[in-house]
Amino acid sequence: MPSDYFPVFVFLLIAVGFPVMIIALSSIVGPRKPSPEKLMPYECGVDPIGSARKRLSVKFYIVAMLFVVFDIEAIFLYPWAVIFKDLGVFGVVEMGLFIVILFVGLIYAWKKGVLEWE
Amino acid sequence: MDLVIPKIDALSLCPELVLSITAMLVLLVTVYLPKGRKDPAAYVGLLGIFIALMSLTLLWGKPRYAFNNMIMVDNFSIFFNMVILVTAALSILMSITYLKEEGMSHGEFYALILFSAVGMMFMTAGANLITIFLGLETMSISLYVLAGFLRDSNRSNESALKYLLLGAFSSAFLLYGIAFIYGATGTTDLKGISEFLSRATYMKDPMLLAGMGLLLVGFGFKIATVPFHMWTPDVYEGAPTSVTAFMSVGVKAAVFAAFVRVFSHALWDLQPDWNQLLWILAVLTMTLGNVIAIAQTNIKRMLAYSSIAHAGYIMMGMIASNELGTSSILFYMLAYAFTNLGAFGVVILFGRKGEGNLDIEDYSGMGFKYPVLGLLMAVFLFSLAGIPPTAGFVGKFYIFSAAVKAGYIWLAIIGVMNSLVSVYYYLRVTVMMYMKDPVKDLEGLHWSPSMIVALIIAVAGTLLIGIFPSPYLDLAKQSVLHLM
Amino acid sequence: MKIGQRWPEDEMYKWGSYFGLAPKIAKTWPCLRFSQYVSNFCSVDNWRNREMLDYVWLVPLFPAIGFLINGLFGYRLSKGFVGVLACTVIGLSFLTSVLIFFDLLQLPPESRSFEKIIYTWIPAGDFKTSVGFLVDPLSIIMMLTVSGVSFLIHIYSVGYMHEDEGFKRYFTYLNLFVFSMLLLVSANNFLLMFVGWEGVGLCSYLLIGFWYERKAPADAGKKAFVVNRIGDFGFLLAMMLIFVTFGTLNFHGVFGAAHHNNEVSTLVMTAITLLLFLGATGKSAQIPLYTWLPDAMEGPTPVSALIHAATMVTAGVYMVARCSVLYTLAPVSLTVVAIVGVATALFTASMALAANDIKRVLAYSTISQLGYMFLACGVGAFSAGIFHLMTHAFFKALLFLGAGSVMHAMAGELDMRKMGALKPHMPKTYWTFLIATLAIAGIFPFAGFFSKDEILWHAFEKNTILWALGACAALMTSFYMFRAVFMTFHGESRVDAEVKKHLHESPSVMTTPLIILAILSAIGGFVGIPIIKGANVFHDFLTPVTGGHVAGSVEVTLGNLAYASSSALSYGEAVQHNVGLEIFMMVVSLIIAFGGLGLAYLMYLKDPSLPRRLVEKFKLLYHLILNKWFVDEIYDFLFVNPIKRGSTVLWQFFDAKVIDGIVNGSGWCIKWTSSVLKRIQTGYVQNYALSILVGAVAIIFYFLLV
Repeated sequence: MPSDYFPVFVFLLIAVGFPVMIIALSSIVGPRKPSPEKLMPYECGVDPIGSARKRLSVKFYIVAMLFVVFDIEAIFLYPWAVIFKDLGVFGVVEMGLFIVILFVGLIYAWKKGVLEWE
Repeated sequence: MDLVIPKIDALSLCPELVLSITAMLVLLVTVYLPKGRKDPAAYVGLLGIFIALMSLTLLWGKPRYAFNNMIMVDNFSIFFNMVILVTAALSILMSITYLKEEGMSHGEFYALILFSAVGMMFMTAGANLITIFLGLETMSISLYVLAGFLRDSNRSNESALKYLLLGAFSSAFLLYGIAFIYGATGTTDLKGISEFLSRATYMKDPMLLAGMGLLLVGFGFKIATVPFHMWTPDVYEGAPTSVTAFMSVGVKAAVFAAFVRVFSHALWDLQPDWNQLLWILAVLTMTLGNVIAIAQTNIKRMLAYSSIAHAGYIMMGMIASNELGTSSILFYMLAYAFTNLGAFGVVILFGRKGEGNLDIEDYSGMGFKYPVLGLLMAVFLFSLAGIPPTAGFVGKFYIFSAAVKAGYIWLAIIGVMNSLVSVYYYLRVTVMMYMKDPVKDLEGLHWSPSMIVALIIAVAGTLLIGIFPSPYLDLAKQSVLHLM
Repeated sequence: MKIGQRWPEDEMYKWGSYFGLAPKIAKTWPCLRFSQYVSNFCSVDNWRNREMLDYVWLVPLFPAIGFLINGLFGYRLSKGFVGVLACTVIGLSFLTSVLIFFDLLQLPPESRSFEKIIYTWIPAGDFKTSVGFLVDPLSIIMMLTVSGVSFLIHIYSVGYMHEDEGFKRYFTYLNLFVFSMLLLVSANNFLLMFVGWEGVGLCSYLLIGFWYERKAPADAGKKAFVVNRIGDFGFLLAMMLIFVTFGTLNFHGVFGAAHHNNEVSTLVMTAITLLLFLGATGKSAQIPLYTWLPDAMEGPTPVSALIHAATMVTAGVYMVARCSVLYTLAPVSLTVVAIVGVATALFTASMALAANDIKRVLAYSTISQLGYMFLACGVGAFSAGIFHLMTHAFFKALLFLGAGSVMHAMAGELDMRKMGALKPHMPKTYWTFLIATLAIAGIFPFAGFFSKDEILWHAFEKNTILWALGACAALMTSFYMFRAVFMTFHGESRVDAEVKKHLHESPSVMTTPLIILAILSAIGGFVGIPIIKGANVFHDFLTPVTGGHVAGSVEVTLGNLAYASSSALSYGEAVQHNVGLEIFMMVVSLIIAFGGLGLAYLMYLKDPSLPRRLVEKFKLLYHLILNKWFVDEIYDFLFVNPIKRGSTVLWQFFDAKVIDGIVNGSGWCIKWTSSVLKRIQTGYVQNYALSILVGAVAIIFYFLLV
């Protein structure tokens, strides 16, 4: 029934409405007196040098991706640990497989030199 | 809270598991191999495929569900998986020298092919829309990377980007369709859906119909039916030729398997609804594919359009909606696999470094300069055109007769007319090969052993299936019998 | 005869002792010995009984072997070997056919139908198509004619093509051509026949365009191919319809069902037969699909001989005769066949009257003679059609090879106005050419007389108008053929001085086939002597297949399985009622033939100025004919000046070039559409995504609304 989805609708409304409201409020209520200094990008109080659109080394991305993978692994391990006893041997084996697969990936990345900066 | 621990039935998944492990092994092997000498990685991959193929035969004839009805192992999926494995094997064989010549010999290539094949196999065995979707994504993501594998080539990059963007777009449609179907029937299980539909006295639930339409879009994109075909020529042209070969056959096989399972099985009660539409799409697909193929000057683009047209022919088998029709799809897929892979093999061999000889013009006089290669190409093109005694002819005959039997005489007539039109552009290449003087200085070819093996398998398959089709037809028929 | 059915031992030996040749050869031929083990269908026991019949598959196999060896290894073999191999395989085919023929003769007439199934090719659902061969009087005559004439042409070709660079390629194609044709005539079902049918089409394309460096042959090859595709389309549709109607494609099955099953409506039967006939018009160059054949002479001359005589064009006639059971059940189709046949005969004969190119004269005469064969089929005289096919194969092959010989001597010159008085220079060519001309003109006792007269007689029985038109065409045939002879070999020499020095008779490798063919053309007709009961051996031999000659007659009883044999309406009886009339008609035919001869003599030998005067007098007609009824010009006219199109609607009727235009036009149209559609492919991802979105919306709307 469509009416069942009413709470979802309300949730949607709040989720969209809240940020809209905050942005709107701050732009209405907040005073605005722009000056060149104020419009400058913030860089710890130092005057910015050169363009901000600089190319970053691809290494950053690779490290970031690697981080995300293992981050997810850690997140995945938490709920697993919580119900570890209920899962029994099955849980151990499954998580073992999961970690082995990630480990293969780690070896691959390692040998490919992802972990070396130079 | 009680946890339901799914029953693990690793045996049913043996081929997929073997292939996955092989793929990881390939990754590990490749990093320990010296640069530029990555051939062993390919051989490891081939070995894995061989073991997977063997294990597939063990599963033959024993249909079963596995993993809480998420996976269905029956002859139908096994047949398609065999086609997929053969495709993967031939693609790897064709790639070894090709990649070296292009200066891109990396072991990851083979691992990606294997991962993609795993995805395809999950699609064919999916008994649940979720499994099918997971398989589709596994397959597609690997292919996006493969399409852009020649990273120094602009075309290859363009091809990968286009495929990724549009693939993601179409996957969203598919997923949306799955959500709708779930919303309408309360399950994503194919058996559950079919039971729900047969229980319910028929009602035109808009949500269900919309879901079905969206599924059609998702599948239609992958098998390149009109109007979701636009990506095909660009992607096929830009991707490394061996990847194109793999895509044109493997993806079609996997998606058609899922397509048949979902539409001819789960959504069977809606058959009157989708049949008409499929009729229109099939006619559009084969006609447009064939007509545009005529104007192509690049052989890869021409083969891309031809593959669109072939998707149209195969859809005829679905429209026929009978046992003969479904088994004809299987048979056609098998015939098409050998034929198309062979044709692309010749294109790879003849294309050479930097994809120099890809215009149809370049094939002028090729038949005299390389009699064997010319003859092979002629056989493959005849098979694609459906000229006896090749596999393509029997496949077409079988599919057309299924359509005729089911009463779709006009569809069959349109199919026949289309195949007459298609002869024109296939034959044009043959004419170039045998009736024109060479425009370019053709140097010697590099016949590598792996390529020779691949071409021999392809041509043997094409001719064998064309001349002695009955065992393969029996195989296709048996595969359909146990379709659950 | 059913598979596996055996003949009583004693009778077999009785017959076997008469024709002891076949088993002897079968025993001493190691290759056959071997194949006996290969073929799981024949135990030692069986083959002794059926002898050569079991080896019918060898007939098409030999040329296939030749094709494979020449095609794959030809570039490493010497010219001599390629030529000898190509000839040998065809010769072996012919020999096998002869042996099979004798074996078939041993069987009683009503069981002369033998099926040899090699294996099941395509099992689809409950119906099966096999790779199998059918030996019956019709197919064995075709096999003999095809392999025999092809053999002679092969030998001739060795001499003719000796200097050509593409010598090996030529023989490779030629073997493939003969293989396809033999497969076509020996198949036991429509599908396998279609395989041969396609193969023949493909080879004609390759051979007509053999000298692909020049534009004309390449175009002619393409034209032949495209026109034939239209015919093939008819054949394919007919096949589908047969499959739907009868549930099988096997000849026995279809004809048996057609005969027994009265539920099949005449409409369906008519549709099937007309579609089949469309296929036949493509292959056998009848109106409206005849235009490819005159152009087909761009190929090497022996190829023209092969196409015009033994293979390719006879395929359509064979197919119609093979399906005689179906045609008999569809009187409308028979009428169409007869009308198209006689119209083609007349129309193309008129074109040959003023043609100056010797090969073109022969090309038009082929179409015209094919028209006769269809006329015969159309009036129900299928055996007469096949008879004429056979005799025509002899003399037309001879004519073309003779023309090739002339061309050889004349350094490629084809224009008859630049010939004349060649007789003393090349006597063998002259005499053989003359015999062929006498045969084609229908002068007693040469082969053409018997076959043509039989056709005309049956036409007369059926419809006087058909006879009159046919007789008219016969007059023209006689005239233009003798015109060709007189212009080429007699009169004053108009040969260029330079060429004249080199005039010579062709080498014996070329003239020997000419002589053999001449003998056949001279005496070949005696197998079908009319009037005297029992003397028309040919007709009696074919009767089990083609049935009674009277169209529409339901009195075709089943011999074995599907084969209609004439019992109530036996040929002999029917003839005896009209002996007087028939003899009279024969005399009329002869007078007509001599009339044409005399006219040609008058105009081209006795009074060479007469043609000019006649031309002056009948300027319009002459120009019409000389310019092939302005068929080409009308075509231009129609497209160059479309405003006046309305006034030429009538012309279009006779205008095969319009059909041609449609062919080319539709090709062009598809190309144009293709290039327009190609532009939709912009290369922008957003456009592609849009197309997907539009498609998705359309599909969902379709589902929700429909």
